[in-house]
Amino acid sequence: MSQPIRVLLAKVGLDGHDRGVRVVARTLRDAGMDVIYSGLHRTPEEVVSAAIQEDVDILGVSLLSGVQLTVFPKIFKLLAEKGVSDMIIVAGGVMPDEDVVELKNMGVHEVMLQDTPPDAIVKTLTRLVTERGPR
Amino acid sequence: MSAYVPSTALIPRAEAGEIPSIARLISRAEAGLPEARPALAQIYKKAGRAHVIGITGVPGSGKSTLVAALAARLRALGGKVGIVAVDPSSPYSGGAILGDRIRMTELAQDPGIYIRSMATRGAMGGMARATLDAVDILDLGGFETVIIETVGVGQDEVEIAKASHTTVVVSAPGLGDEIQAIKAGMLEIADIHLVSKCDRSDANRTLMDLKQMLTLGAHSGPRPEWQVPVVGVCSFNGQGFEELVDAIQKHQHTLSTESGKKRRLSIASFRLQKTAENLLIERFTQASAALRPKLAERLSARDGDPYTLASELLAAALA
Repeated sequence: MSQPIRVLLAKVGLDGHDRGVRVVARTLRDAGMDVIYSGLHRTPEEVVSAAIQEDVDILGVSLLSGVQLTVFPKIFKLLAEKGVSDMIIVAGGVMPDEDVVELKNMGVHEVMLQDTPPDAIVKTLTRLVTERGPR
Repeated sequence: MSAYVPSTALIPRAEAGEIPSIARLISRAEAGLPEARPALAQIYKKAGRAHVIGITGVPGSGKSTLVAALAARLRALGGKVGIVAVDPSSPYSGGAILGDRIRMTELAQDPGIYIRSMATRGAMGGMARATLDAVDILDLGGFETVIIETVGVGQDEVEIAKASHTTVVVSAPGLGDEIQAIKAGMLEIADIHLVSKCDRSDANRTLMDLKQMLTLGAHSGPRPEWQVPVVGVCSFNGQGFEELVDAIQKHQHTLSTESGKKRRLSIASFRLQKTAENLLIERFTQASAALRPKLAERLSARDGDPYTLASELLAAALA
């Protein structure tokens, strides 16, 4: 029996738009994944501590408020402090192209913008987990 | 943790209370891999200190919210509190939305509280297959209380009572006549009856219904030494929680009595039976996978009957 991929989908900061992340949650559920949704207005500390407690394969952060270059460095710093280095970090939402480049340099595995088709998200996440290997 | 760390090597770290190692061990238990079994065996032998509280009730009765409020109260008394919250898997895709955690966000920053969401993955009875393994792992990690929140249950999912030291059954007000329907199965398993959402005006009616129902069986109940209390709580304003914590502690004390020993033995007996069933199902499902489609075709064409073909399948798989 293959193990369902575990994903935490998170909304961070003052961003009240979660229709997108809910659509993604439903898509991933229908693709057979275990999906935990953080709810709105979480802090990076809350999100990282939840991701570690839940031991998720993937932490996905949805951002529509433009604060990605503030939030992701915090997330990586907190994960490093806890000694967690094998979590796959992905970003979703609306953001400028130059930010996408910067996030990838920072260690974000994949950035999926607002025009990403749902099945492409499933394929990308499945590929990332396969590439990582067993843990 | 980038390289694969063997499960047995995670045990000392989990025992020291390191959350990433505790979390990883629970994942390995959930995966059910043979690699994790020797580790789980060691953990079971070391565990046995935690008080296990089972919380069950119908969907939407307020279980997650009250688990959060209860955990905060128990935490204030000192010990670490672990929570295993079970939600259903989709029967179609096998996926799940694990939504209990969202009602527990105020606990997220307390390092003495650990919350783990778990999908049922087809398991019946209100818990997941690895729920009790997770309880052992948290027990090993020094969590003095472990709360199991079952999936929202109907009438028949009473396994939680066979696995927990103290079983709390949650009823919400306003279910009216439906409460009658729950009573037969659920009333019997409760060590403590809880009525949630007591800020609602119809909560008193539910409290009265439960209390009256209990008095009907007061002289013939299976546990005459324990009077099942009915406690009303409101998770938002904290009303009733002192009484709840008090009832839980009183019930915990009964576990050191003679009937408490019986309870521990019956918990072990249930665990043994359940684990054996799971191993059998696993073995059978694997061994019968090749033959099942052929026999299903015959059954569908009415070339054979369910009992004969199932016996054939069993004989072939467990040969």
